[in-house]
Amino acid sequence: MTIKLGVPSKGRLMEKTFEWFADRGVVLSRTGSDREYAGRVDGVADVSLVLLSAGEVPRELAEGRLHLGVTGTDLIREKLPLWGQQVASIHEMGFGHADLILAVPQSWVDVDTLEDLDAVAAQFRATHNHRLRIATKYHRLVRDALRDAGVADYALVDSQGATEGTVANETAEAIADITSSGETLRANHLKILSDALILQSQATLWHSQTAPMTANEAAALDALLAKLG
Amino acid sequence: MPTRSETNAKALELRRRFEQAGATLVEPPLLQPAETLLDLYGEDIRGRAYVTSDALRGEQMLRPDFTVPVVQMHMAEGAEPARYTYAGEVFRRQEDHPDRPNEYVQVGYEVFDRTNPAVADAGVFALMEQALSPYDVTPMTGDIGLLKAAVVGLDTSDARRAALMRHIWRPKKFRALLDRFAGKTPMSDARAVLLAATDPFAEVSAFGGKRSTSEIEQRIAALKADTKTPPFDDDALRGIDQLLAISAVLPEALKQLHDLSRDMPSITVAIAGLKARMDALQSHGVQVDSLMFETSYGRTSMEYYDGFVFGFYAQQHADMPAIATGGRYDALTQRLGDGQTIPAVGGVLRPGLMLELETRP
Repeated sequence: MTIKLGVPSKGRLMEKTFEWFADRGVVLSRTGSDREYAGRVDGVADVSLVLLSAGEVPRELAEGRLHLGVTGTDLIREKLPLWGQQVASIHEMGFGHADLILAVPQSWVDVDTLEDLDAVAAQFRATHNHRLRIATKYHRLVRDALRDAGVADYALVDSQGATEGTVANETAEAIADITSSGETLRANHLKILSDALILQSQATLWHSQTAPMTANEAAALDALLAKLG
Repeated sequence: MPTRSETNAKALELRRRFEQAGATLVEPPLLQPAETLLDLYGEDIRGRAYVTSDALRGEQMLRPDFTVPVVQMHMAEGAEPARYTYAGEVFRRQEDHPDRPNEYVQVGYEVFDRTNPAVADAGVFALMEQALSPYDVTPMTGDIGLLKAAVVGLDTSDARRAALMRHIWRPKKFRALLDRFAGKTPMSDARAVLLAATDPFAEVSAFGGKRSTSEIEQRIAALKADTKTPPFDDDALRGIDQLLAISAVLPEALKQLHDLSRDMPSITVAIAGLKARMDALQSHGVQVDSLMFETSYGRTSMEYYDGFVFGFYAQQHADMPAIATGGRYDALTQRLGDGQTIPAVGGVLRPGLMLELETRP
């Protein structure tokens, strides 16, 4: 049997992951056509490559169907409430950097901190008869951060994409999303709150704490980890 | 662990006890409209309750408690005074506590009566205590009304009082606000720049979204007005600290509160209410001389209680949640009743935990 390594199946995240492993003498590659999600591992024995969406890696690690997996800290923390018991971080890989932040319209000159946001939420609810809406796909992380900061009178609205556009479209008053350069935020006339850096994320190699292993597989894992340094 | 049928049998026995005390049986649906609960509790309830949905009715919640549906039922069709009992499952997500059940049975007793709140409070507490008399549990009591009265009595602006009142159930935030209003938190550079600016919108390139420019201008005006509000003096802060530190058996707590009220006259009425409740408890046979009272009790976990609060705990088993909890929730009835208020007090027992206590060493 082999140990299973899960890697994002698309785009820059996949390319950078392949490069990161190659730099350490482990060659990951896709096999078959461009559209086929099959891959191989050279340079180390008894490791098989599983290509899947980065968003599914956390669940597969927690369920023990992957022994190792590459995905962002943001997805692990959002999707696994008990992540500290389910997965362990082995390597921060130095790419895929993204900050989970909270942003409000640039015209909200009176709002710089979460304390301001809370005060404005009270004003907004009294004026408009509904809660101040924050668009995000990171429900748990945002809710925990806002509870910790004592922000009340808001509601999260789900947004799985184009989150920066929700404010102009008046489906939300603020957003919580990941950003690397902040350019999309600026283009949509949004500004980041100065104390609302909820999480700093990067691509990370995770080790499942729940996946069962035979003696053979444990040896294969040790050999791979030794090679990765 | 007790089986489901053992727990249900125990629940039925407790419910009958409340029916014999004059309560009408009510059976609210398991699925509750999510909108009402979200509007009431905010986003936090979404982290604690199970939300489901269909295309026609939209979001529904698996009943996270009975209080809200019972209040709604009473508001819609109840006659006054009224008392209700119920027994059934409530559902709570426990994503951070995998060892706690996400589904458990509650048996409750709720009283809607405007004649004498102290007597109604005492009646509910005494009934819970009697139901728990075979068990080794210890009661804790509190009264959110004291802190509310202290905030109302603060010598400051309406805006500052309202901000504190809004965060009474968030102790950390409440403390941060006190510190800010006492002048202990320096103004940020960004705020200083904003307040000094002749045109605060000078660098804004685009306006949009639902919050209007006039709302932003109103808040800037409010911030400017707030800088002219004098900071709390040390006595006011010390008074709140002393109030929140009170933890003693009820008669002793009352004495300490009386002493405190010389410098904090705003809590006098609330103290009189506490005294009346103590007398009513005594006439119900409750041992008030050993009944613990803490002013800060009930501030974190019971957001809709705004007066009397209580809980019963198995002190031998510190890992166990409260076996019973309850309190007064007048403000909740006002929020749900479109402005009309009905003074209400109630409590719930957890038969599953009671059975567990019977078998634990």
